[in-house]
Amino acid sequence: MHLTQFPDEHGRFGTYGGVFVAETLMAALEELQQEYERARKDPGFMQEFHHELRHYVGRPSPVYHARRWSAQLGGAQIYLKREDLNHTGAHKINNTIGQALLARRMGKKRVIAETGAGQHGVATATVAARFGMSCVVYMGAEDVARQSPNVYRMKLLGATVVPVSSGSRTLKDALNEAMRDWVTNVASTFYILGTAAGPHPYPMLVRDFQSVIGEECLTQMPELVGRQPDAIIACVGGGSNAIGIFYPYIPHTDVRLIGVEAGGEGLDTGRHAAPLSAGTPGILHGFRSYLMQDENGQVIETHSVSAGLDYPGVGPEHAWLKDTGRAEYVSVTDDEALRAFHDLCRYEGIIPALESSHALAYAAKLAPTLPREKILLVNLSGRGDKDINTVAHLAGITL
Amino acid sequence: MSRLKQTFANLKQRARVALVTYITAGDPDPQITVPLMHRLVESGADILELGVPFSDPMADGPAIQRATERALSHGVSLRNVLDMVSEFRRQDADTPVVLMGYANPVERMGYKTFAEAAAQAGVDGVLMVDVPPEEAPSAIFVAQGLDQIFLLSPTTTGQRMQLIAQHASGFVYYVSLKGVTGATSLDPEEVGARLPAIRQLCQLPVGVGFGIRDGESARRIGQFADAVVIGSRIIEAIEQAPRDRILDDVGQLVGTIRQAMDRSPDKAA
Repeated sequence: MHLTQFPDEHGRFGTYGGVFVAETLMAALEELQQEYERARKDPGFMQEFHHELRHYVGRPSPVYHARRWSAQLGGAQIYLKREDLNHTGAHKINNTIGQALLARRMGKKRVIAETGAGQHGVATATVAARFGMSCVVYMGAEDVARQSPNVYRMKLLGATVVPVSSGSRTLKDALNEAMRDWVTNVASTFYILGTAAGPHPYPMLVRDFQSVIGEECLTQMPELVGRQPDAIIACVGGGSNAIGIFYPYIPHTDVRLIGVEAGGEGLDTGRHAAPLSAGTPGILHGFRSYLMQDENGQVIETHSVSAGLDYPGVGPEHAWLKDTGRAEYVSVTDDEALRAFHDLCRYEGIIPALESSHALAYAAKLAPTLPREKILLVNLSGRGDKDINTVAHLAGITL
Repeated sequence: MSRLKQTFANLKQRARVALVTYITAGDPDPQITVPLMHRLVESGADILELGVPFSDPMADGPAIQRATERALSHGVSLRNVLDMVSEFRRQDADTPVVLMGYANPVERMGYKTFAEAAAQAGVDGVLMVDVPPEEAPSAIFVAQGLDQIFLLSPTTTGQRMQLIAQHASGFVYYVSLKGVTGATSLDPEEVGARLPAIRQLCQLPVGVGFGIRDGESARRIGQFADAVVIGSRIIEAIEQAPRDRILDDVGQLVGTIRQAMDRSPDKAA
């Protein structure tokens, strides 16, 4: 079985993935899987999906040569896939459009979502408004505090934002609470999961909807530079923007695929969010993958300056790509990500999301080690307007 | 014969509905768990469910989430829980003990290591809430004589019920509502209407839980079910009682529920 043909019929990527949920959700997941199988073979559905991406999201997103920054770094040329230019400012909307169309097909009038940085919450609230559905977004209480502009955006769009105060009060706890809501309201409600994780079929369908990113690059790079890049670099929290740009490139084995995890204060401090780099396989939120856990199987608290990467698990397909060696996974620290954030602001006039700044930071490490004719393609998965409070706070400035 | 099978056979002879009580191991502290287990049995519990604390209890409502956090604040691990069962077994050789929890602590220990240690400790059954039969390590548990308990829900299709019946032993646990543990929207009539279809596809005793809060709802559910499971209400009694009153208060609550259930008209044996 070729790497691109996963998951198998049990929702597995090798030993990863699967369906680890309470019985109450099993029927809903089977229904979703069957409906998705029908939808992906329905030309009308895919046509409408791509129509929405073009006219509502503003796709295709451009690929931009970061000339000044590349020159400054003095090595390989860095190109940016501009997902930050999408409607709502991140790649998340690709997936929420797809899932909202599925929800409508299934006659569901209420959608729920979990969110970390708030980008997926905003993208869900946006499509709920666009398609006339009611929307509840679960968000860790700590994230509500550090991402207040996005909280207000969701409210403007008509969503109800529920702060979650259990556990570590971040993305993983928001996911727990969204699951509890779904169990309770499973008949009326569609759960729009925001990353390529969760029980099957979510990792597959989120990947498929996000793959538009990599598909566009496959044609854009030859148009721009006459060939495919030498490496693709993307940040990995749950892993949706990374799998979206990686997946179409899996068969292009001469293109390195590099996922960048949140190294927080450093892997050796234990205060990070890098399960692929420093975790072990485990089961959380409905799937088996690498996980940040202690020796008793309790999930441990993660840390990252970026709320969107502050998650102890990672999508199962990334675990599989790591074990098979098709992709490499590295980490950068909060400080390195912040440096890249500022550099992109000053050299290119682009304010990147703190999540995407992790991918940028690794590109900034790698580029000077390579000759000038090498090409690195970085997925600039979101814009950083939402992060200006965090960055200002770290600089000791109150806005 | 497994303790669960034996217990249900004995109860059937006495035309008595099983009372299954849930507590989280280590809540509010590890020292109280074994004495509390004994008190539950003295007060009328027939089967003990012991919750294994997990950091992310996705299928549980606020009461069991809080119990879990209290237990985890003492660092209670799966190994500690097995030790508690061993200690309980020194004085009680008959009452079945079912561990209830989530997959990851077991996954981390390793299914085979866990199954051997659990059987050794005197555990009778295991219910991993987030492990449906498709993912269950059935052969490993069967080899150690552990019963595998699975949930059935109002959303479970007939086809899935058959699959679950193939993997389950001991009893099956019908979740009486869509939702998390401790919810309050239980409708006994609806439960009663569902049970014949379940019994047609599954010969095992049927326990009913999620949303049973008092003697009256336990009595009404007991008219249809072979076992009634009470959890969140006990957890609430634990958290409301001063530390030195926990055993008495919980004992009294369970005793009251037992009495209410026993007032129920005898089921045809």
